[in-house]
Amino acid sequence: MNSKTDSAKAHGCCSGGDKTSTANEAVDTKTQTRQVSSDASEIQLNIQGASCASCVTKIETALKQVAGVTGAEMNFAQRTVLINGNASPSKLVSAVEGAGYNATLANADSDEAAIEEKEQADWAYYKKLMRHMVIALSLGVPLMIYGLVTGEMSVNTTTERIVWLIIGLMTLGVMVFSGRHFYVGAWNSFKNHSANMDTLIALGTGTAWLYSMTVVFFPGYVPEMARHVYFEATAMIIGLINLGLALEIKARGKTSEAIKRLIGLQAKTARVIRDGDDIDIPIEDVLLNDLIRVRPGERISVDGVVVEGQTSIDESMLTGEPMPIEKRKDDEVVAGTINKSGSIVFRAERVGKDTALAQIINMVKRAQNSKPPIGRLADVISAYFVPVVMIIAVMSALAWLNFGPAPEVAFAIVSATTVLIIACPCALGLATPMSVMVGVGKAAEAGVLIRNGEALQSASKITTMVLDKTGTITEGAPKVTDVVIASDHSQDEVLSLAASLESGSEHPLAMAIVESAKEQGVPIHSVTDFQSIAGKGVEAILNSQRLLFGNEKLMKEQGIELHHYIDKAQRLAADAKTPMYFAIDSILVAVIAVADPIKPDSIDAIKRLQHNGIRVVMLTGDNRVTAKAVARKAGIVDYVAEVMPEDKANKILELQREGEIVGMTGDGINDAPALAHANVGFAIGTGTDVAIESADITLMRGSLHGLADAIAVSKATLRNIKQNLFGAFIYNVAGIPFAAGVFYPILGLLLNPVIAGAAMAFSSLTVVTNANRLRLFKAKEH
Amino acid sequence: MMWINLIGLVVIGLIVWWFWFYQTKSTDVKDGSIEVRVKDGVYQPANITVPANESVQLLFYREDATPCAETLLIPELEISETLALNKRVTVTIPASNAGVYPFHCQMQMYRGTLVIK
Repeated sequence: MNSKTDSAKAHGCCSGGDKTSTANEAVDTKTQTRQVSSDASEIQLNIQGASCASCVTKIETALKQVAGVTGAEMNFAQRTVLINGNASPSKLVSAVEGAGYNATLANADSDEAAIEEKEQADWAYYKKLMRHMVIALSLGVPLMIYGLVTGEMSVNTTTERIVWLIIGLMTLGVMVFSGRHFYVGAWNSFKNHSANMDTLIALGTGTAWLYSMTVVFFPGYVPEMARHVYFEATAMIIGLINLGLALEIKARGKTSEAIKRLIGLQAKTARVIRDGDDIDIPIEDVLLNDLIRVRPGERISVDGVVVEGQTSIDESMLTGEPMPIEKRKDDEVVAGTINKSGSIVFRAERVGKDTALAQIINMVKRAQNSKPPIGRLADVISAYFVPVVMIIAVMSALAWLNFGPAPEVAFAIVSATTVLIIACPCALGLATPMSVMVGVGKAAEAGVLIRNGEALQSASKITTMVLDKTGTITEGAPKVTDVVIASDHSQDEVLSLAASLESGSEHPLAMAIVESAKEQGVPIHSVTDFQSIAGKGVEAILNSQRLLFGNEKLMKEQGIELHHYIDKAQRLAADAKTPMYFAIDSILVAVIAVADPIKPDSIDAIKRLQHNGIRVVMLTGDNRVTAKAVARKAGIVDYVAEVMPEDKANKILELQREGEIVGMTGDGINDAPALAHANVGFAIGTGTDVAIESADITLMRGSLHGLADAIAVSKATLRNIKQNLFGAFIYNVAGIPFAAGVFYPILGLLLNPVIAGAAMAFSSLTVVTNANRLRLFKAKEH
Repeated sequence: MMWINLIGLVVIGLIVWWFWFYQTKSTDVKDGSIEVRVKDGVYQPANITVPANESVQLLFYREDATPCAETLLIPELEISETLALNKRVTVTIPASNAGVYPFHCQMQMYRGTLVIK
């Protein structure tokens, strides 16, 4: 019947599908042309309502008719269809609907919608647990007060038996209503030959209730002194554990705040220019190469390249860099950042799951779920914990029955119940992941992406930090630092002429001079007879004047008098700069020095690392003079100059042989072997150009403060994990023997099962709350 | 008293046997995928046999609102996935070498094994 309906629907709607796709083709002619050159992508849909194998062809046909689709293949067993091409997901969904079925994008929920759904589900579960708690405690609390006030919970008369029977049945009601999930969970686990927290709670409360009912029904079989009922314990324990779980949900919500903030950075819509008109579309429908307009104050929707306009963009939310970054034509813009001042148009280059933001979110999520090695022992213990506790409970009961004072049975039951209830595998299980969750999120907020738990733990132990010079300590882009005039030309004139000469060269030093001229706004003219003199300099003719630019050797060869400017040039060289001479018609007019300047905050950041007891070593392929000068300026004592990339890895191994735990920071591309050999490899991103895949830890901004932040947050997280693990171990190691009655012979104390229930309920809450303290962690910049 | 002690020791023996030494049955993956329900404290099925060197898909469907059940971890395959409530989440197991790969929730209260052979 169903199959018929589906077929009929499908038949009728397939032709509708045709119409839709024809219409789509008309509208999409432009889009399609554009898509030909763009990369194809895969989209997966979940299909509902496909009840027979024949639906497969209909759905595939409908999809293949959508403009931009190059292939569609349905997996009937899984009711999914994989579509190749570059069509917008909403058109694909309507094509399937047009064919008479329902479709949703597989894993299509935007992260934001998923979080919203999760919060709603958590809230509903929280309310349910609180209801369970209220019902259980409204029976447990009066019973407990009665017991405390009268001290009378025993069964001696027929009236007492009837009253306690009614209360026993009410307790059973509480167990069914408020504790059902514990018993069902325990039974299912038991069938699977595994045991968990539910097993302990079910056994503990079940034992107390069964014993109490035995006292009520068969008081004659129980010694007179032991005719005590424990219904209040059963109800109280169920109530308190529900309360603990509810509060834990609340506390857990806070541990994912960082990821929520990252997800919140995603724009919902984009203003795409189609056929000359601006239209707002959901970002899921943005295609590669779409042109997108962004006005001041709006968020960048996907990654792309500016094609029109100029603006400044606030990237602090991703990189931690507080200053807005200037963007003009051909500069990259990144999803999630905010356009501050101007209006721009950019071309979409990475969309959907490929944007840097989506990758960051993905990486942070993965890292939050990974475990550092320190948590492995707790995992091994967790695996054996529950059955061991059950064995301890049985042994404790036997010990009381054999050696305990009267009433032995009552003591045996109380001790076994208390052992089962106080043991808390959850606190052990939660200790590590909760801290990692908050710590990794906190690091991400500071622009530090930690790959996994292992990197987090290693980073906390680093003793030596090796820094690459170019691009790590320095800006990585040479700049003109000094223009020493040796004639009556003005500085602007010199820069204009030198840049005109150098505009024909691709040497980094030449590019620095041209860039400087552009920054100063001085004119750059066309030259003739340009000639490059290998390893020495360049020459050309401008307005019949012969311009010559190069090193001392070139000037001497050309017989140009350098006077005392040689001394000035040497002083510049000793200051980590590269001096060059500029002559016009064989007369020296200026000495221009170019240098790769140290990043403004490198010195402070290096001091911060050293202050934390970390030895800082600089590696560079540069010559000794420059290396020495840069190291001195940056406050670094240990440096190694003229190192080839492959030797950097050897240097790391050498330091490791000396017993150091080595962190290596580089640009992630040239330093790949050294990064791989280091205990922790840090890739340093400049702005948003992030080599996310290449290192253990990625710094989103170029500042070395990110290193100190990463180490500080790792140390704080590890400290937090240790506190949690210590607390959870001590709690169980001390709590279980106490519950078993080990201290009874000395102190005459036996733990009340209700107190054990409260302790258990709040032990895991304590772990989550302690992990949440990490949210307050703030890396100090100075 | 001797009987009670004996019963106690038998119970301890049964705990050890049931939880640690009992050989559990495993469900085979057919047609490259299997649905795993996350409900009432357990994965159903909890023990899954996967052919070696073949990629398969585990279709997780979480019906249990306990936050503990939300995260699925297969540490040895470096897989961690968030299981949304009442939604199907597909976890692709890459073609792997023969071996036993445990999977569990964040606190290891939900436990299962992937037997690749």
